[in-house]
Amino acid sequence: MKEKWKFFIMTVAFLGCFYLPVELLPFRNPVFEALALVRWYAREHVLLCLVPAFLIAGAISVFISQASVIKYFGAKANKFLSYGVASISGTILAVCSCTVLPIFSGIYKRGAGLGPAAAFLYSGPAINVLAIILTARILGWQLGLARVICSVIFSIVVGLLMHIIFLKEERLERDAGELLAGEEDTSRSLLQDALYFSSMVGFLVFANWARPQTGDHGIWNFIYGAKWYLSAGFLVLTALMLASWFRKDERTEWVSSSWYFAKQIMPYLFIGVLIAGLLLGSPGGEGIIPSWVIENAVGGNSLASNFFASIAGAFMYFATLTEVPILQGLIGAGMGKGPALALLLAGPALSLPNMLVIRKVIGTKKTAVYVSLVVIMATISGIIFGNIVN
Amino acid sequence: MKIEILGPGCPNCKKLYENVQQALSNTGKDAEVVKVIDILKITEYGVMMTPGLAIDGEVRSVGKVLTVEEIKTLIQ
Repeated sequence: MKEKWKFFIMTVAFLGCFYLPVELLPFRNPVFEALALVRWYAREHVLLCLVPAFLIAGAISVFISQASVIKYFGAKANKFLSYGVASISGTILAVCSCTVLPIFSGIYKRGAGLGPAAAFLYSGPAINVLAIILTARILGWQLGLARVICSVIFSIVVGLLMHIIFLKEERLERDAGELLAGEEDTSRSLLQDALYFSSMVGFLVFANWARPQTGDHGIWNFIYGAKWYLSAGFLVLTALMLASWFRKDERTEWVSSSWYFAKQIMPYLFIGVLIAGLLLGSPGGEGIIPSWVIENAVGGNSLASNFFASIAGAFMYFATLTEVPILQGLIGAGMGKGPALALLLAGPALSLPNMLVIRKVIGTKKTAVYVSLVVIMATISGIIFGNIVN
Repeated sequence: MKIEILGPGCPNCKKLYENVQQALSNTGKDAEVVKVIDILKITEYGVMMTPGLAIDGEVRSVGKVLTVEEIKTLIQ
């Protein structure tokens, strides 16, 4: 009953935002900007983007066996595989930031060691599936793609560097032991899981297919015209697979776990959008902080802007996904694309609170080196990306 | 009996804690219930996926919010 009420409140809040009569407000900027941004999110992003994304995240956490991934982090696991799996496993394991730290600590103390642990620590929050979907949808596919590619490369490089820098100390400290991650579930084949996820992602991609630029005919325009048929096709496919391959208790667990993500993330995202709108304005409008301040600090693509964006991102705490509306506000107010990527790469992976926990596990020196590596690499990637995009 | 709930304090861990309390009061069993939030202790148990549940120092469940019924069978 309690859950039903929460769901009811959330639905009412969503409808309230959807029909928000912002034009009638007697006062304008920045409150106007904040409310307009909230309404824009409610209209454009909740039903077609966030809801399917929560369902995908829920499906990942329930249907994919985490234990089958964790085994690649054991003390005896192949080192190449450890790094490789660590760099991409964030999509599967780390939908919530509170799962990252125990896994990190486990890999470091009892498993494959500092290198793979650092690789996982970085990639985990950086490439979780919700963050990628929302980044690509709101900030554009270039930034979304750059975020994924850089995060994967970063995590391997950071991991290897940490391993090399602390080679000597590491040999003394480790006590290899068993890693517990629950039992493996093998009621479906990998192919079935893959097909199921592809079909959900297919729905998400086609339902959000953007209108091509005018005068552009051919394949993109054709897809745009047929997007609802394509999305519906994928939806039916998903439903069929769900009905025939999954047990009833798995389906129930899927719904409850998706609902769990929505409950965790929506309130923070709502507040994040509101604050971003208030401080930075929606695209084309100004918030409390004037655009010239932002343009001076992180405009263009200079070394200073990229560095400033990385440092600010590294220390600031972003609740899951709130980095997206904040960056959108910053870009609208004149932030360059390069610094935007730098902030995306250093931001969600690091924050002051999580640095303190990391320090407890690996000590002050290693934490300092890890943070510096991330900041330096984020700065460099920002500069490179800024140059490519311009 | 000593029941430890291993997890850094995310909502799942809190839910597991509530379920344990519920299972105890349903069965009328008496046990000391401890929340272990220290990440180093959690790692010592070898637990990677939280929340974990340990009974008398032995890990019995990992990465799962056990239902009240499941906990009852574990503590009986």
